[in-house]
Amino acid sequence: MFDLFDDYTLRTVALGSAALGITSGALGTFAVLRRQSLLGDAISHAALPGVAIAFLLTGSKAPLVLVTGAALAGFLGTLTVMSIVRTTRVKYDAALGIVLSVFFGFGLVLLTFIQRRPDASQAGLDRFLFGQAAGLLRRDLLTMAILGGVALFVMLLVWKELKLLAFDPDYGASLGFPMRALDILLTSLLVVAIVIGLQTVGVVLMAAMVIAPAAAARQWTNQLGLGAALAATFGALAGIVGSVLSAETERLPTGPTIVLCATAIVLASLLAAGRRGLLWRELRGRRDRRRLRLAAVLADLQALELQHPGAEHGHSAAVVSVMSGGALTTLEELERRGHVRRLGEDEWALTDAGRREADR
Amino acid sequence: MTSGQIEIQLIAVVVAVACALPGTFLVLRRLALVSDAISHSILLGIVLGFFIVGNVTSPLLLVGAALVGLSTVVLVQLLERTGLVREDAAIGLVFPALFSIGVILISRYADGVHLDIDAVLLGELAFAPFDRIELWGWDWGPTALVVMGTVLAINVAAIAVFWKELKLSTFDPALAIALGFTPALVQYALMGLVSLTAVGAFDAVGSILVVALMIAPPAAAYLLTDNLPRLLLLAAAIGAASAIAGYWLAYALDASIAGSMATMTGVSFVLAWLLAPGRGLVAAARRRARQRLEFAQTMLAIHLANHEGKPEAAAESRIEHLDRHMRWEPDFAQRIVRLAERRGLVRTNGEQLELTQVGRELAADALVR
Repeated sequence: MFDLFDDYTLRTVALGSAALGITSGALGTFAVLRRQSLLGDAISHAALPGVAIAFLLTGSKAPLVLVTGAALAGFLGTLTVMSIVRTTRVKYDAALGIVLSVFFGFGLVLLTFIQRRPDASQAGLDRFLFGQAAGLLRRDLLTMAILGGVALFVMLLVWKELKLLAFDPDYGASLGFPMRALDILLTSLLVVAIVIGLQTVGVVLMAAMVIAPAAAARQWTNQLGLGAALAATFGALAGIVGSVLSAETERLPTGPTIVLCATAIVLASLLAAGRRGLLWRELRGRRDRRRLRLAAVLADLQALELQHPGAEHGHSAAVVSVMSGGALTTLEELERRGHVRRLGEDEWALTDAGRREADR
Repeated sequence: MTSGQIEIQLIAVVVAVACALPGTFLVLRRLALVSDAISHSILLGIVLGFFIVGNVTSPLLLVGAALVGLSTVVLVQLLERTGLVREDAAIGLVFPALFSIGVILISRYADGVHLDIDAVLLGELAFAPFDRIELWGWDWGPTALVVMGTVLAINVAAIAVFWKELKLSTFDPALAIALGFTPALVQYALMGLVSLTAVGAFDAVGSILVVALMIAPPAAAYLLTDNLPRLLLLAAAIGAASAIAGYWLAYALDASIAGSMATMTGVSFVLAWLLAPGRGLVAAARRRARQRLEFAQTMLAIHLANHEGKPEAAAESRIEHLDRHMRWEPDFAQRIVRLAERRGLVRTNGEQLELTQVGRELAADALVR
């Protein structure tokens, strides 16, 4: 890892993955917020025939050519989903499923068709399926960085309009913003974010790079800007670690490795993040339950004391247990805190401090 | 056709029908993308089962992999129930992770054996006739055919036995609960069928294209009928037709059979989308065009009725005045006059138009409404 930035290939790979992670992370934030996570899945699958057709038409494997084909096909896929939903009674989920699988199937037909042609110039197209970081070249990196940079720049340019679109599109429309055009713009940006990752992560798994960083970032903050920045960071982290691991290890496919890194970040965020994290939630739950138990036993003892005058009258744990269950350990805990004293073997009574606590 | 070709088509048809049946309920219940999730994550089940059993078509492996597929649904629900992520994101987080583990395991430990990445995506339908079950000196047919035939039989039996439960919980889950059924149980049973079908079909068409066979034919059929039994039959028929057409497309292009089958399911859907009687795009466009003409004729009748018997009637009812008063193109005005004449709404008297009694009634009726 330490000679990472000396090794030319590794540096290209790491920079490329960082570029794709930042772009898909930041734009994925909007997709996840707008419950369009799986649109990313449809777009990335739909991009495959675009790659194949671009190659068939031009015979070129220049990254810009293939990425353009992928973007056009991905955009066409999105349009198809939208028009199916608008003009038929088929629902959004089925429309996504149809576009995703049919475009992908058609892409596979074209890929196998290309592969069986006699010339060998097609070699390498199938890395669009599962991605391959090791094959990233300088020109790929340049394409990815420029496209990603443009997408992010446009996103920042219309940031507040996009924010409006994500949270309250009706209000936005009432203010006179062109919400439909903004929707299309945001979808186009998402398409760009997805296609620049296809070569590295592959069409099958690229959706995860849109969803996972954004879902992880969502756990840490309620602020859109901070969330997008965090998602970009997580995306870059997953991209760099995954692609470097994959490039350094034999037979470790890049796309799946990056996805698992992103998944690990999500799991860690779900467990540990701020106030939402599952771990903190569990700890808080335990603390609250214990506090409630202590309070309940104190209240019970106080009630008993009122019925049995005289502070020296002790009560057995069994009696208290009848009232609030499993009281013995709680009584011991209260004794340590000085709220309860032990009069005999199984005789418990409130102390002055305990009485004050119970009155609260 | 050679017997191998016939067998491949037979397998393709059986796979398509077996997928279309549970797929119909997925489409109706808006769970289409669950098939996407399940079909991806069964890969992990298949790989794990393969390491344990050492054979891809063992019944044990099928059941084990189907259970992993089912666990995807459970995982998604657990994740959703934490309240930290929404359903769509939960699906999109779970299946890529399980699929990734599966792909990594294959490429690291299962190289050179039956499982490889291409098989994951494409299936091996072209080679299916060579892998046969021979028992007690009998050739029972290609393994894939036997496996998928069994899966199909299970699907048909399950749908027949739980027909009313499936129907009720699909269309009115609240009523199903009120009547004492357990829609959640029906849901899991359905997911089990989907999972089992996806595992069985994996060998033939690969894990991703199962989605095409499960969603596209039922969605196409959904545009053609409102009746559940007919929907199931149509979905199965469309799936089968797409499978056969897909085989011949692949044959013509020398390309992937599974990919071609998926492509043809898409073509079927587009055909239904365009041509469905009543609901298709073509029918809708024709209806709109007809309504436009009818509306124009009504407007003409109202216009004439307005000026009938008034001093300006002679000027207002001249045909060439229509383009100014109604803002119609001259050609369109001529056409409307012709149509109205044919329907007996107006009479032409030289350049003048006169309303008939029918036309008068139409105008009065339209104005009241």
